[in-house]
Amino acid sequence: MVKFSIDNKQIEVESGTYLLQAAKKLGIDIPTLCHHPALEPYGACRICLVEITKESWKGWSKLVVSCAYPVENDLIVYTNSEKVIKARKFILELLIARCPESDTIKKLAEKYEVAPASFSLNYEPTDCILCGLCVRVCGELIKQNVISFTHRGSNRKVMTPFNKESDVCITCGACAFVCPTGVIKLEDILGKRKIEPWHTELPLYKCKKCGKGFVSTKQLQLLKDKCVSIGDIIELCPECRRKKATEAPICRPVGATEGKGV
Amino acid sequence: MNNVDKIDIYFSGGTCGFASGAESVFLALKDEIKKNNLEQKVNILMTGCQGFCALEPLVTFYPQKILYAHLVPEDVKEIVQETLLKGKTVERLLYTDFLTKQKVISVDDVSYYKKQVRNLLKNNSFIDPLKIDDYIVSGGYKALKKALKMTPEEIIDIIKKSGLRGRGGAGFPTGKKWESAKKAEGEPKYIICNADEGDPGAFMDMSLLEGNPHSVLEGMIISAYAVGSNQGYIYVRNEYPLAIKHFSIALEQARKNSFLGKNILGTDFSFDIKIIRGGGAFVCGESSALRASIEGKIGEPSVKYIHATDKGLYDKPTVLNNVKTWANIPLIINNGAKWFSSIGTENSKGTMIFSLVGKINNTGLIEVPMGIKLREIIYDIGGGIPGNKKFKAVQTGGPSGGCLPERCLDLPVDYESLTKAGSMMGSGGMIVMDEDNCMVQVAKYFLTFTQDESCGKCTPCREGTKIMLDILTDISCGKGKEGDIELLEEMSNLIEDTSLCALGGSAPNPVLTTIRYFRDEYESHIKEKKCPARECKALIRYKILEDVCNGCHLCFKNCPQKAITGEPKKVHDIIQDKCTKCGICFDVCKFDAVSVV
Repeated sequence: MVKFSIDNKQIEVESGTYLLQAAKKLGIDIPTLCHHPALEPYGACRICLVEITKESWKGWSKLVVSCAYPVENDLIVYTNSEKVIKARKFILELLIARCPESDTIKKLAEKYEVAPASFSLNYEPTDCILCGLCVRVCGELIKQNVISFTHRGSNRKVMTPFNKESDVCITCGACAFVCPTGVIKLEDILGKRKIEPWHTELPLYKCKKCGKGFVSTKQLQLLKDKCVSIGDIIELCPECRRKKATEAPICRPVGATEGKGV
Repeated sequence: MNNVDKIDIYFSGGTCGFASGAESVFLALKDEIKKNNLEQKVNILMTGCQGFCALEPLVTFYPQKILYAHLVPEDVKEIVQETLLKGKTVERLLYTDFLTKQKVISVDDVSYYKKQVRNLLKNNSFIDPLKIDDYIVSGGYKALKKALKMTPEEIIDIIKKSGLRGRGGAGFPTGKKWESAKKAEGEPKYIICNADEGDPGAFMDMSLLEGNPHSVLEGMIISAYAVGSNQGYIYVRNEYPLAIKHFSIALEQARKNSFLGKNILGTDFSFDIKIIRGGGAFVCGESSALRASIEGKIGEPSVKYIHATDKGLYDKPTVLNNVKTWANIPLIINNGAKWFSSIGTENSKGTMIFSLVGKINNTGLIEVPMGIKLREIIYDIGGGIPGNKKFKAVQTGGPSGGCLPERCLDLPVDYESLTKAGSMMGSGGMIVMDEDNCMVQVAKYFLTFTQDESCGKCTPCREGTKIMLDILTDISCGKGKEGDIELLEEMSNLIEDTSLCALGGSAPNPVLTTIRYFRDEYESHIKEKKCPARECKALIRYKILEDVCNGCHLCFKNCPQKAITGEPKKVHDIIQDKCTKCGICFDVCKFDAVSVV
């Protein structure tokens, strides 16, 4: 166990915990944009910066990203110091210059009293903050690696290879789900599931019971290949699945008799 | 020279030599020697860069130590006839020393070399980098043999006591790094040589790898033995084909001679090295990005709050050192920690290699003891500023460093002093600037570089440097506003505090130092819309001085824009709307009748 303090509150957590998680335990709010608990720490947006010091550092302190800094004994962490607020405001000023229309960024800017348009960037406004959540969820969790970062510096973008239609995307929509600014959208149009930015359109599979398209055939096939047999329940849309589950449970606790499922 | 048994001719054959045409002179001389049946008496070989790049193609004759500079193939007949056959020096090929203004015969009398301590670069002038025997004869691999008889702890202790600090820029104590990696849990352990040299105007690492690859290799092998590693990598940029070629050959030869591979020199210790060629991204010189690149991932830095010595390449304990750091290792093992720490200052030991470039008479590769004054480097070694211009600033540490003005010239060159002055030691680039260099342009140049090379992963570096560059561009175009300087300073400090890696964290340094030392120049741009160095095109105007112009018509003939009017023998004029400020009229006028206002 590691003992230290955040905002003058003592805390003891398991070693290997990151500062962000520890702060959450104390109910301290630290804003995040590129962080997701299911993914590896990335530390790119820099909004979750906190100030750390130690008694032995003789007054010296530094800013670190709380999402990736592992807890240490005797660490003194400040999440709201003057230095932190100044840095956080700066990051928001930069992000609002990049994404002047994004509601997510606008709300955060409002919360931290950042005036919009402190800076101007002379390129097309976008809602993408390049947090990389979509890229990482697709690679780390879905393991399809449909998208990646291309170009560098201020030209950085998220794209499919050569910005062409992807032949590995299963339109699972995990990218859209994690996107903090809602740039990536999943659309079902005319029996097809579409993710516009990845130029991918796949036919929808129709629910065996109600006939509603609910998953792309490609995603269904992948699920069938990857999952241990779970019967034809996978071929039902979420609603029909729920109904069926209440009628005849998919699984039940060991020893429970039929009809009394969970 | 008739009384000499054998003559050794050393051609400086680094990339600089090749670029100046050394190869054709080398082949012509070889041919001429053959024609005169002198092959038995003369030994001619191509070495690495001998350091005095401004004199390329250059050649030295031993044992007489004669140095000939700026050779062309047509010179070889005279060289053979006079020097090789008659033992006379060819006066016109001798170098005129910048200090004494005298023709110099012997290498030993060249002022450029006098204040240098060429420990690492010495062999660059004498050995054929393609021959391991040359390296062995000069004492090579003696340190490895010695090290293999010592315990790893003893080796680390020597390196620690020597006071050697990383030559890549940050100056972390090398021995401490090795010790951490040795103690770290996890197998296998890795050794990496960082040869991703990318600073504008820097070519130190390249020259060492080209001219003396075995010295770097030997250092790596010794470290591998000390740390307990069996696999090493050298990450070298693909733009260094000659360095890659020479190092590949060195690896092959070392394997054949049992210095590398399985059971090195009959011991239980096995170690091998792979060459990884970098794709040219500057950020890949940053340690976490370099590791990602070796692992086959996108070459981008990652958040690292755990040292690479604990979790580095493939999350295993890793020692990453710069080319020059590795090359120091055999010297320290051979000569001892005391010898090494006797050179330099209290906290910066040994020598440092710089590539001295820019507005300086003697461009080249220099090696100086730590603690030498910048003034000595620029005037006593570099020979001062060409064209009787005034010195303005020297930039150390590449795009992450800073520009130091005249009043900093008496600073000793060591890690702490340079950092305190706002610059840094860096990996060894040193760019000299004169009165014609506008410091806003200099800051803009370096920020353009870092902004272009930013990977774009973290917000402050990606967006922040872009905004700063836009502000600098505005200032250089006369669109600067009151408060821009303060804004630049504030942004610089914030970007340094909040960036993910050292590229972003140090990118504003050139801006901060130019503001710190040349604030008045920024103010002239903003308030008076004037560029004191007359470099910012938007803020200058070329004008023909009526009382000086004699109507020679030369500017008229040369103006590519046809922006000059005037009859021969009558006063000319420049049509400002047409003028693109290329400066050709200024350059061609023999009567100084064109002025910049």
